[in-house]
Amino acid sequence: MSFPWAKNYEPQQPLMKWLDEKLPLPRLVYNAIGAGYPVPRNLNYFWNFGVLAGAALVIQIITGVILAMHYAANAGVAFNSVEHIMRDVNSGWFIRYAHMNGASMFFIVVYLHIFRGLYYGSYKAPREMVWLLGVVIFLLMMATAFMGYVLPWGQMSFWGAQVITGFFSAIPVVGEPIRVWLLGGFAPDNAALNRFFSLHYLLPFVIAGVIILHIWALHIPGSNNPTGIEVKDEQDTVPFHPYYTAKDGFGLGIFLIVFAALTFFTPNLLGHADNYIPANPLSTPAHIVPEWYFWPFYAILRAFTFNFLWIDAKLWGVIAMFAAIALLFFLPWLDSSPVKSSTYRPLYKKFFWVLVADVLLLGLCGMKPAEQPWVILSQIGSIYYFAHFLIILPIVSRIERPLPMPNSITEAVLAKHADDKSAATA
Amino acid sequence: MVRPLGFLVGLGFIAALVLAIFTTPLKNEPNVAYSFVKHPKHLKLASDGVAPHWDVAQLQRGMQVYREVCSACHSLNLVAFRNIEDLGYTEGQVKTFAKSFQVPSVNPDTGEPATRDGLPSDYFPAPYANEVAARAANNNAVPPDLSLITKAREGGKDYIYSLLTGYQTPPANLPKELQPGAGLHFNPYFPNLNLAMAKPLADGQVTYADGTTASVDQMAKDVTAFLVWTAEPKLVTRVWAGWAVLGFLVIFSILTYLSYRNIWADKKH
Repeated sequence: MSFPWAKNYEPQQPLMKWLDEKLPLPRLVYNAIGAGYPVPRNLNYFWNFGVLAGAALVIQIITGVILAMHYAANAGVAFNSVEHIMRDVNSGWFIRYAHMNGASMFFIVVYLHIFRGLYYGSYKAPREMVWLLGVVIFLLMMATAFMGYVLPWGQMSFWGAQVITGFFSAIPVVGEPIRVWLLGGFAPDNAALNRFFSLHYLLPFVIAGVIILHIWALHIPGSNNPTGIEVKDEQDTVPFHPYYTAKDGFGLGIFLIVFAALTFFTPNLLGHADNYIPANPLSTPAHIVPEWYFWPFYAILRAFTFNFLWIDAKLWGVIAMFAAIALLFFLPWLDSSPVKSSTYRPLYKKFFWVLVADVLLLGLCGMKPAEQPWVILSQIGSIYYFAHFLIILPIVSRIERPLPMPNSITEAVLAKHADDKSAATA
Repeated sequence: MVRPLGFLVGLGFIAALVLAIFTTPLKNEPNVAYSFVKHPKHLKLASDGVAPHWDVAQLQRGMQVYREVCSACHSLNLVAFRNIEDLGYTEGQVKTFAKSFQVPSVNPDTGEPATRDGLPSDYFPAPYANEVAARAANNNAVPPDLSLITKAREGGKDYIYSLLTGYQTPPANLPKELQPGAGLHFNPYFPNLNLAMAKPLADGQVTYADGTTASVDQMAKDVTAFLVWTAEPKLVTRVWAGWAVLGFLVIFSILTYLSYRNIWADKKH
């Protein structure tokens, strides 16, 4: 995006001038994340999570490519190849644990990034495309994570694959043939493992491509900010470099501290003990659970226990689980309020926090066995989830009276510092 | 278009869920067994916590218990003889240790299955040739490989220690259907209450080389400590590497924070 006052890239050295003529990559970087990209000056720490998500992807790709040098994707040896990495490969234990916990860090950061978007209305015009691409990235991440979890070929790997691929058989008529075609067999076996390895290696690069589109789409209107008021003037912005490169550097330090604490001190905290048992198709685990980042969707899946309207409960569950993600695509059109930020939307803000509590509740239910009281709690939680997006938001955005808003970002910043005795420096 | 359709879809899901709420019984099927299952006892080991080290003497005793008691039924497939250098043995001692095992081999003249003396590069040999043999000797149950057992069970090392020391006569109020059947033994730490493994440890079963009294509790602690090592030989390295990395990152974060404050000093935000 070029705001008219954006700084211009002016190479001084002969080499840089030559490069700028032949392949202007430095200019691209300067305009995208350098001093040539003006950004609102009032971004808070919730704006760090996009960069952290990118960092998490880079970490996953680097650790993943190295793991792939030592891993064997054959059902007879996969489990032992992972243990070979843990025991014999130099620093293999670190690379494996970093990759395993890096996936969790990636999802933590992305969920915070998504909830930032929900709170501050980042999905609204003119940034609908950024949001749509983001939901695509989220779907790709879930597919990648699921396939990655299958690769160690532990009990949860196998039975998780069995459950997820079983969804396809819920589709009437064509479901079972599709399932067998996808798996390459009647149950997860060597064919499924090999193709999951291939796709697990591929999809992160697809994610990287969609991220480029996501950032490109963002840079057309420029970043949102906590007030939701669009940039009007040069004094509303600061150049991305050095202001936000510095802030993101600090954010990266904190991210890496959390990542290191997890990886080095409690690497199996977020995992499941059963995945240290080699896969056994003849022995079903007592409780099949996916990784924590799938728990809310798992709860929604298992909440539907009644055959309603000629669609049986299993199919309802599958449809609802996919719908729970698919409805995110429609969010910019479900929520029609022209006011972006929850700071000025008191009614929406209340429902936002109920949604946060609801998603945490669904996550807890997804972790628990399919028994009471977790079944009824998932059912109530799922009712609120669908009601929030499909019924409450359209109504709230129509009837809500927003709070009075400042005229510009700078006005909001100065109002915040109104009790400062020092002269305001714009 | 989107909103009215979305509204209807939402109502559809909510209707299905409301009906599900009213048709799903609120009471769970009674699980009597659950009330008899006990939480594992906590076991404190030198490899615990934020400043771990391997208690090499304990690991050696634990390996002796594995070899003299457990290896009759349980394999240790992921541990090679060369790995026990971690337990404080010299290269020569490792070679001698390996030689004391017979590992599967092939007769070089006839091609018939045979055995040969172990080398440091060999892995601990399994007690049974295959799963069929394992089941035949153990009332149709397969004794699991122990290499990863402390990571492969809820409760980890606490569970293993509690299980080994937890064998007892069933309580008087245990219902008939939960009584141990033929070939099963009651142990309240086992999630299904009755397991196929008989009590493996008895006082004085092993004579420790270093003179430690071999009570059931001591042997259980030692073999559990050994199994923590087999599950993750790099555990201690990992924690100390973690401190180094964390130290670096804290300094890095302080520096980046100060840079951030310096750069933004002139801008209200």
